[in-house]
Amino acid sequence: MIELDSLSRTFMVGDRPVHALREITETIAEGEHVAIMGASGSGKSTLLNLIGCLDRPSSGVYKLNDRSVGELSQAELTQVRRNEIGFVFQSFHLVPRLTAAENVELPMIFGDVPRRERQERVASALDAVGLAERATHLPDQLSGGERQRVALARSTVMNPSILLADEPTGNLDSRSGRVVLDLLETMNTEGLTLIVVTHDAQVAQRADRIIVLLDGRVVQRARGDQIAEVMATLARAAEDESTDEEQQGA
Amino acid sequence: MRIRQTFRFAFGALTGHGLRTGLSLLGVMIGVAAVIVLTALTDGARTYVIEQFSSLGTNLVIVLPGRTETTGAAPGVTAIPNDLTLDDAEAIALQVGSVHRAAPVSMGTEEVAFGERRRQVALIGTTADYAPVRQVELARGEFLPPGDIDRGAPVCVLGHTLARELFPAQNPVGQVVRVGGWRMRVLGVLAEQGTKLGLDLDETIYVPVATGMQMLNRASLFRILIEAHAYADLEITKESVRRLMIERHGEEDVSVITQDAVVSTFGAILDTLTLVLAAIAAISLTVAGIGIMNVMLVSVSERTREIGLLRAVGVQRSQVMAVFLTEAALLSAAGALLGLLLGWALVQVLIGIFPALPAAAPMWAVGAAFGVAVLVGVIFGIMPARRATKLDPVHALAGR
Repeated sequence: MIELDSLSRTFMVGDRPVHALREITETIAEGEHVAIMGASGSGKSTLLNLIGCLDRPSSGVYKLNDRSVGELSQAELTQVRRNEIGFVFQSFHLVPRLTAAENVELPMIFGDVPRRERQERVASALDAVGLAERATHLPDQLSGGERQRVALARSTVMNPSILLADEPTGNLDSRSGRVVLDLLETMNTEGLTLIVVTHDAQVAQRADRIIVLLDGRVVQRARGDQIAEVMATLARAAEDESTDEEQQGA
Repeated sequence: MRIRQTFRFAFGALTGHGLRTGLSLLGVMIGVAAVIVLTALTDGARTYVIEQFSSLGTNLVIVLPGRTETTGAAPGVTAIPNDLTLDDAEAIALQVGSVHRAAPVSMGTEEVAFGERRRQVALIGTTADYAPVRQVELARGEFLPPGDIDRGAPVCVLGHTLARELFPAQNPVGQVVRVGGWRMRVLGVLAEQGTKLGLDLDETIYVPVATGMQMLNRASLFRILIEAHAYADLEITKESVRRLMIERHGEEDVSVITQDAVVSTFGAILDTLTLVLAAIAAISLTVAGIGIMNVMLVSVSERTREIGLLRAVGVQRSQVMAVFLTEAALLSAAGALLGLLLGWALVQVLIGIFPALPAAAPMWAVGAAFGVAVLVGVIFGIMPARRATKLDPVHALAGR
């Protein structure tokens, strides 16, 4: 269970504070599939980083499975990331010198998982994403879709309860994108909490719930099948922004 | 993470950037090889000098004409030392109780001929005592006969090479050779001696000292070689001889030195040289360490996203630190090992070029070069490793 209560994140750019997130209050249940949408700079990735314990809020409370994340030390946060959270990034973030299997094995190497168990889990994770035969291939010998599937295998190999995906299909063609989304959905139906940051309506509409951010605030909550309304909100926001820019230019 | 996995990951990171790793290894290699070659050279020189002086004889005291200290004479006025004479040598042998033997030596060069064969060689005028004092062995015949040292008989002993060149197919003993304007009967031939302190003893002719001084037209001896009864007598012998010479000459115009003093003087020079070379080697290892730091900094900078990923998937800061420090240690250890091999190979080449030089790096130098190189690598690896651990995961993932 993810509970966010009045969560804010402010960055200092020189002497000027920039409010990336303002007073976010949200609860995400176990096994839920949530999409976070919003224009560029609306705070989507900042929110994902906070949920993923990569960053700490400036104010507010974040509880993960009833534990207050703000009270955890750096080492404990790292442990939470290792054991409870999986990440999938738009640019895959595979280590180029490691094979697909070694990339998947990476979190376990540093997580003190015994060798035999590592091998079994790597084989099973690669099998789950349909890449068992590509285990010994280096990332540059794989297609974009395959790389993202390796990243997906890596993100789930430690059996996390939450999977955070930042634009998981952003660098993929539509066919590869669909394969990755299908895999994500399968994992979600098996109980994994899935939070996806996306610009893509087709990705978002698969979610149980969509959270729309604008200037660091939640401006809309919708079901996945209400994607048309969400897209209308985003279009209006984009229009307002361009009008503001034109007025500022004049 | 277990040590084996850390090594595996660090090793993979190094081999993944072959050129960069290779260049960094080269820096450490050269540093360590420099230490090995330089210490092998100085140690070889030390052994060579000690061997050379040891081969002169044991319990040896040497008297030289002239003083080694600077005198207080006014500019333009030169203090002319008294001659070192045969009488001085006799007096030393008879009057200084701790002296076992004393061999006067005069020295120059002369042409030696037999039939049509002739050869310009070193000539040493001395007495029968020279052989035991210098521990020279005879291959044939006998050495110069004992007797009145003022009497110069027309006899000689040939060095090994000289005898072979003049008498390729004959026994030289009993033959008569021409030495300058003199005709001399060959009494014996020395066994092979080799070169000692720059003098090829196999290309030398030995004649009675009085004859030698006459032939070379010398009034003063070149040296008096004294053998004390025992090693413990060296200092007292030296002092007694010095006093006797002052008494005989009315002033201190000779230098009396012991073999140990000469060796220790050379030792002191070589110790200083070793220190200088160690300093050069230390600089070279430091430069190699800076090279490692540079490579590691570049590595941290290039692998920012990888570090971000490691942090994102739950790798602790201490584990990131361990990975980068292990990389630095592996780099320096591999460079040091290769440097030891390169140094050994270079020393073998040097031995091939200068076979007389017993060049070999002492074990302490091998250990120190390896240990210091690894230590330098790790120390210079700390800063880049700390930088890696301080990267913010969010920024690092974005490659910033």
